[in-house]
Amino acid sequence: MQDLYREHILDHYENPRHHGVIEHADISHEESNPLCGDRIRIDVKLDGEGNRYRIADAAFTGDGCIISQAAASMLLEDVVGKSVDEVEQIEPQHMLDLVGIPLTAARVKCALLGLKVLKTGIKLWKLQQT
Amino acid sequence: MNDERWAAGQAGALDARSAMLDVRRIRADFPILAQQVNGKRVVFLDSAASSQKPIQVLQAMDDVYHRAYANVHRGVYAFSEAATQRYDQAREKVARFIGAPSAEQIVFTRNATEALNLLAYSYGRHFLRPGDEILITELEHHANFVPWQVLAQEHGLVLKFIPITPDGRLDLDKLDELLTPRTKLVSFAHVSNVLGTITDPRPIVQRAHAAGAKVIVDGSQSVPHMPVNVGEMDCDFLVFSGHKMLGPTGIGVLYGKRELLEAMPPFLTGGDMISAVGFDGPRWNDVPLKFEAGTPAFVEAIGLGAAVDYLSALGMDAVRAHEREITAYALERMSEVPGAQIIGPNDPEIRGGVVTFTLDRVHPHDLASLLDREGVAIRAGHHCAQPLHIRLGLNATARASFYIYNERHEVDALIEAIYKAKAALKR
Ligand SMILES: Cc1ncc(COP(=O)(O)O)c(C=O)c1O
Repeated sequence: MQDLYREHILDHYENPRHHGVIEHADISHEESNPLCGDRIRIDVKLDGEGNRYRIADAAFTGDGCIISQAAASMLLEDVVGKSVDEVEQIEPQHMLDLVGIPLTAARVKCALLGLKVLKTGIKLWKLQQT
Repeated sequence: MNDERWAAGQAGALDARSAMLDVRRIRADFPILAQQVNGKRVVFLDSAASSQKPIQVLQAMDDVYHRAYANVHRGVYAFSEAATQRYDQAREKVARFIGAPSAEQIVFTRNATEALNLLAYSYGRHFLRPGDEILITELEHHANFVPWQVLAQEHGLVLKFIPITPDGRLDLDKLDELLTPRTKLVSFAHVSNVLGTITDPRPIVQRAHAAGAKVIVDGSQSVPHMPVNVGEMDCDFLVFSGHKMLGPTGIGVLYGKRELLEAMPPFLTGGDMISAVGFDGPRWNDVPLKFEAGTPAFVEAIGLGAAVDYLSALGMDAVRAHEREITAYALERMSEVPGAQIIGPNDPEIRGGVVTFTLDRVHPHDLASLLDREGVAIRAGHHCAQPLHIRLGLNATARASFYIYNERHEVDALIEAIYKAKAALKR
């Protein structure tokens, strides 16, 4: 049983990194997983200009299962400092590698919720810019 | 021992046995349950979502495909006639099983959801007028919720809800207030798939009829698990799914009172549901065929017939007694688990074989994943009853549900796995 919720997952769940809300964020987006009711909101502060924006800071809030919340914490730890374009290119497999435990198909959705929220948020922000 | 005392003893033993199920023998009919999951013998506690199937049902269907398969109704050759005959027999078996006066009052659908949609489209669109009211309850499955919401939005109807009490029963004190001269339909779950609450349909049916409303009973969680008799309930319609009662997927049932089914327009149109088609228009076939457009799932219906035979041979009183006992045991064991909160009535007399719960600081999905590691299959989420979860103030719950093949020691396995999960999560 232990192998499913290894220490690092529990640690991210108990002590989430980048947890909270950013005032005057450039990007704020929230989605939930209709099946399990997991909910994640991500705020992003950008810096840069033209088409060279970078994630200066990011924060999330939400509720749901350990996988969804720990994955969001790991994701934000991973993306802060990266360029917006880089983040848009992140493959789901990268997220699953970060989580690093075997997940059944239903739980993969939990792990990917944060990434979906972040990417959709970026897409909506880009639409606004044009 | 003298003969008389021996005979009395035998009769007593027989009584005790007939009141309960011989689960060991039953399990021999479900080879799937002997399988291992993650190295452990599977403990299947999700029959409220869909039950397993005994070999008798699988064989009945296999037999059609192997020996007498051809499209029903239209053929005049041997295969078609054999298939048609078995199909008709299946309809008769289902009718007898729920105490319907005639087989013509059994409409085969895909599942309970389709049966409810049929009612919303056919009955709802035809007989309800803007301003009319439909009364459902806060605990309904989405199948008995969304079709009415959509119908109400499209046709200017008013959707009202019977509230639930804090212990998860329908609050019938509010019924007289909610039933008005404009109430045309009342629809509710006989047994809740989340709370397990068993609602006695009779007082609701009586009061709804007195107010001039028709009544739909969602028997998805009752018909598989206890004696259900449409004559005694006096409901106007009853819906249920075959796959939750040992039958295959793809087959469900709508029972209706004859005069209502006859007055209703068809749902889907095409072949089989007409008696004649000319260039000026069609004439509808008689019930139930009027509602069964296209080639029906007749092999699945025959499978459902075999499932009904299986349940009838066990006796639905015995099925209910078995589930009451195992549910009472599960409620008792669960109440000992620190941090566990049982959702719904604690009284096994008014609770079907469904034990829904939350565990302090453990999300139901995490719990279900951890239990799966132990071979224990439970369901986690809102169980297609989101409005109820909103009312309960919960995002998700965990649910263990029981059927004829579940044993007490599987409840023990569940509890043990919950303790292990708590330890793994340091809760
Ligand atoms: C109370 C209730 N109603 C309706 C349904 C819908 O059944 P189906 O999905 O087979 O149409 C279910 C199934 O979960 C149920 O539990």
